[in-house]
Amino acid sequence: MKLTFRKGLSHGIPIALGYLSVSFGFGIMAVKSGISAINAIIISLTNLTSAGQAAGVGIIAAGGAIFEMAATQFVINLRYSLMGLSLSQKLDKSFTTIHRMVASYGITDEIFAVASSQKEKLVPSYMYGLISISALGWTCGTAAGAFAGNILPASVTAAMGILLYGMFIAIIVPAAKNSRKDLLVICFAAAFSMAFKYLLPGVSFGFAIILSSIAASVIGAILFPIELAESESEIT
Amino acid sequence: MSMLIYIAVMAGVTYLIRMIPFTIFRKKIKSRFIQSVLYYIPYAVLSAMTFPSIFYSTDNNITAIVGTVVAVILAYFKLPLTVVALAACVSALVTGFFI
Repeated sequence: MKLTFRKGLSHGIPIALGYLSVSFGFGIMAVKSGISAINAIIISLTNLTSAGQAAGVGIIAAGGAIFEMAATQFVINLRYSLMGLSLSQKLDKSFTTIHRMVASYGITDEIFAVASSQKEKLVPSYMYGLISISALGWTCGTAAGAFAGNILPASVTAAMGILLYGMFIAIIVPAAKNSRKDLLVICFAAAFSMAFKYLLPGVSFGFAIILSSIAASVIGAILFPIELAESESEIT
Repeated sequence: MSMLIYIAVMAGVTYLIRMIPFTIFRKKIKSRFIQSVLYYIPYAVLSAMTFPSIFYSTDNNITAIVGTVVAVILAYFKLPLTVVALAACVSALVTGFFI
């Protein structure tokens, strides 16, 4: 089946739903930190990332230096470079420079996960469908949280925190079930990440993710190099 | 004014990190090793982001662990993303009512 704009939209619905709740929390947090609702919405629309925005709001609230802001965003969001590199290998020929420059705005953990799990080559229209509905959900959730944060009971907003992780689980568990190699890499990455959290708490969240995932992937690549036929990036 | 600078720096750095590798990389990577690393990266990143953060995602370890177990079981049986995510959320919420 060909990837289309409509297909992108429909694949983006679970992402948008997940984003609505997470960005709702971001909206609440931003306003509590003294940022206006309008600025919170602009931040969400222009950044489209959870961890980076949360850290950014913390820096703004603390009156941090511009350099600190740039460095923090760089470290926390560096994983998007790896994702972009990975995605660049499975782009259709119709992905011209302009399309790449526009679509790169929407490389997030979730959009990357959904896009990279497609069997077909990625076309711009599919990516735009996926990105537009996700960005809409992210921005609307921020607006709702910023303007009306205290309507939902605390128990509900707390439980909503697990939504996006539930989505990650729904992607990695079936992969681990199907392939022992994937299972091994997934377990290594989780183990490294937990080691950083509990044994090396000084390492920032962004760096811990980068180091854990690179180490796990390199171990996987050394022990179980993929057959070229397995690689989605290979065309003949 | 300084708020606009903050936001511009945030958005600018985040965009460039995304745009540069995605736009510049044109050639197919030939190295089997690099291809293997890129194949594994998505799963590794998602796994590293999920664990252990998921256990702290609901303000209560017990509700979060129940939600995680429910998500893993449903994902094992390949239920759709939204179903898995919502079931994790609802099970964490309901567990919270009992503790």
